[in-house]
Amino acid sequence: MTEHILRMTGITKTFPGVTALRDVNLAVRRGEIHAICGENGAGKSTLMKVLSGVYPHGQYEGEITFEGRRCEFGGIRDSERAGIVIIHQELALCPQLSIAENIYLGNERARRGIIDWNRTNYEAGELLKRVGLRENPTTTVADIGVGKQQLVEIAKALSKEVKLLILDEPTAALNDEDSAHLLDLLRGLRDDGITCVIISHKLNEVTAIADSVTILRDGRTIETLDMARDEVTEDRLISGMVGRALDNRFPPRTPSIGEEAFRIEDWTVYSPSQPGRKVVDGASLMLRRGEIVGLAGLMGAGRTELAMSVFGRTYGVHISGRIFKDGRPIEIRTVQDAIRHGIAYATEDRKRYGLNLIDDIKRNISAAGLKGLAKRGWVNEYEEYRVAERFRASMNIKAPGVDSVVGKLSGGNQQKVVLSKWILTEPDVLILDEPTRGIDVGAKYEIYTIINRLAEQGKAVLVISSELPELLGLCDRVYTLSEGRITGEVPREEATQERLMYLMTKGQE
Amino acid sequence: MSSITPADVEVGAEGGGGAPKRPGRVSLGGLSLNLRSSGIYIAFALIIALFSVLTDGALLQPQNISNIIVQNSYILILAIGMILIIIAGHIDLSVGSVVAVTGALAAVLMVNMGVAWPLALLITLVAGALIGAWQGYWIAYFGIPAFIVTLAGMLLFRALTLTVLGNQGIGPFPDQVRTLANGFTDGWLGNVGLGPLGGADLFSLLVGIAAIAGMVLAQWRARAARKGYGQAVDSLALFALKMAAGAAVILFLVVQLARFKNLPWVLVLLAVLVLAYSLMANRTVFGRQIYAIGGNLQAAVMSGVKVKSVVFWIFVNMGVLSAIAGVIFAGRLNQAGPTAGNSFELDAIAAAFIGGAAVQGGVGKVVGAITGGLIMAVINNGMSLIGSPSERVMLVKGAVLLAAVAFDVWTKRRAGTAR
Repeated sequence: MTEHILRMTGITKTFPGVTALRDVNLAVRRGEIHAICGENGAGKSTLMKVLSGVYPHGQYEGEITFEGRRCEFGGIRDSERAGIVIIHQELALCPQLSIAENIYLGNERARRGIIDWNRTNYEAGELLKRVGLRENPTTTVADIGVGKQQLVEIAKALSKEVKLLILDEPTAALNDEDSAHLLDLLRGLRDDGITCVIISHKLNEVTAIADSVTILRDGRTIETLDMARDEVTEDRLISGMVGRALDNRFPPRTPSIGEEAFRIEDWTVYSPSQPGRKVVDGASLMLRRGEIVGLAGLMGAGRTELAMSVFGRTYGVHISGRIFKDGRPIEIRTVQDAIRHGIAYATEDRKRYGLNLIDDIKRNISAAGLKGLAKRGWVNEYEEYRVAERFRASMNIKAPGVDSVVGKLSGGNQQKVVLSKWILTEPDVLILDEPTRGIDVGAKYEIYTIINRLAEQGKAVLVISSELPELLGLCDRVYTLSEGRITGEVPREEATQERLMYLMTKGQE
Repeated sequence: MSSITPADVEVGAEGGGGAPKRPGRVSLGGLSLNLRSSGIYIAFALIIALFSVLTDGALLQPQNISNIIVQNSYILILAIGMILIIIAGHIDLSVGSVVAVTGALAAVLMVNMGVAWPLALLITLVAGALIGAWQGYWIAYFGIPAFIVTLAGMLLFRALTLTVLGNQGIGPFPDQVRTLANGFTDGWLGNVGLGPLGGADLFSLLVGIAAIAGMVLAQWRARAARKGYGQAVDSLALFALKMAAGAAVILFLVVQLARFKNLPWVLVLLAVLVLAYSLMANRTVFGRQIYAIGGNLQAAVMSGVKVKSVVFWIFVNMGVLSAIAGVIFAGRLNQAGPTAGNSFELDAIAAAFIGGAAVQGGVGKVVGAITGGLIMAVINNGMSLIGSPSERVMLVKGAVLLAAVAFDVWTKRRAGTAR
């Protein structure tokens, strides 16, 4: 009988309107590497936030037992004191501080409030040796690469005498060499007796490193597999991760597909923050009039980056590739160019990129197509109001009036405002990035209906989504994207969740 | 498949949910007021009432009203430009120095070099535009925060003023410039008797009546157009009440001015600027884009707003308005001095914030900024009438600024839209 260092039983966590976790169980043995797998939105990160105290005791139901004691963490400090440290996907380092300062941030080596720099740098140096990072502790974090920053995070965790280390997508932003080094380090830490929980989309890594795997789907525990005992292949993991029921949540539609409307070829985009890293790598795809095409990819695959770089170069540097509209090559250098060429992009992050939350519905709807409502620079406010009212009625935006402030609407209604805004620009090509994220089921059906109508009118629609059933229910064709590359193109008839997931998790050869 | 109308994407037709009770609104006998947007005007009325009582009515005497307008006109002009910058989420600390340097330039051209005043005025305005373009370039295209660029500008243009003027003032200005800054319209049509109020300038009265007629007509047409487009409008009684109140305020102002020395030219200029800039802010694509940038910069970029160009041009505009204010200030004192415009930027910024601008940007009105400026002007004037020492005036102005912004933050938090 092996000893469990951590047991989470019956964890349920609800947010207004959604249940993120439902009766989830997780048991981690001492000294193992335990992987957690699941689709985007399966509840992995939420579960880890419950464990680390980001969602404090009382905000969830269920029980956490760590090292044989029941734990009721009130915050991250409590869980760290118990020896649980979480390293998030977005690293939480201060770029302008030195490695040593970052390692001991909030935990300074000080005597009576005065920092002992010699001790700080010496002990930081020892920790760096342990994680295999050959850098001076006084080097500024901004001057080292992401792979090394990841190691600094781990050194920081070690400085807190960590017993359970949680890593959320640790290799998502790393190249192969850095990833391999990191995985080696984790094996070393395991041999030192540190238990690791790793969340990863890269199934080849999971099969290579994990001792056991827990699979989550739709906020529930599906199964826990023992890598030594069970025969666990990537296909085995995929079949556990997918397999959500395809119910009739989708309005019926008979596609009538026309000529090619939009095509990109050999599209390559580099990361603006990590020089030399390709976020999109030679991607090509094509949309036809009246066609709904899906773009599937896991978090970090480069879906949004691909869309935004096409839409007026709003993401990325050193962008190369060709764009064709109706078969003719076009140049899109700015958002204005994109709008002029009849291309619309509805963002995945409504609050940040999509809406002016402090302004009202009508002005948000007119924000991108205002010139169409204006004559010689003067806006026809009455026409603007009338158009907004028409959208409110036809899109069924639930609000007292178009003078209502957008920030107070529900997610579904905000999304309808965003779609209205782009429909007003009369586009031929619509790129909809996660159009149903954070929206309840009823509103989702309405959004699907709108998407179908757009296709019926001959628009070409590209839907980016993390939800495979959504893509299968909606799209005529699905492209899969993995680590910036298009890894497959699957017509509706041949598309299954397993097939898409296989293509989405296919690493670089 | 050329165009898609909203009606084509019919989804469902059940009506919108019931109107929730909106926080920040008070209901008084069926009259609903949005406290956040109209609080400033109520406060203005209360402050006027308070000082009328404290000064035994001296505040609203004809000559005093005229003084308040003429003495604060340049701050109000600056506040118009400042509110646009603050709505876009920026700030301009340099306007006081720009007032000084443009005033000095005008003086050098008109007094030392004998350039004809209309040409000199034009050159000064162009110089103001170039100063704005200089700062706008660093802010919009180079990406330095406006706070830093205009802080540098505050020093640079003060230094330039001192270089141009040495340590002394240049004057006197041509009569026409002095008239614009300090003078009144002529009594072209003579006086009429107003019974117990005595004689008043007929031309001024006619202008006032025309203004009232214009206001009522414009509002009536807007109301009719809204009805035509199926929008909700005020009931006829409420509309009439509002118009009557507006007319009474204008009429009172004009009668008092007509009894004194006719209309100050700067009031005419201010009225034109306020009207033009209010229309620009609300009804033009450019104006809307200023609000969009301040409300959510990223969303504005993703909606195709040319953010850099818009930011650049609002700073050019600020430069021009600073030049106008510079000429008026110099003309009023009849000389351009090295200390002209000291701390004007702070008054203009305070006016914008008292007038309801939000610190994060995206919110504010030209009329609000003018009202904010007038609130400070009335406090200044009223307190000096009752003989308060200047430190107490400063104390009260500081408290009012803090209270106004605190009220704004508070109503926002209650409305649950604080970010």
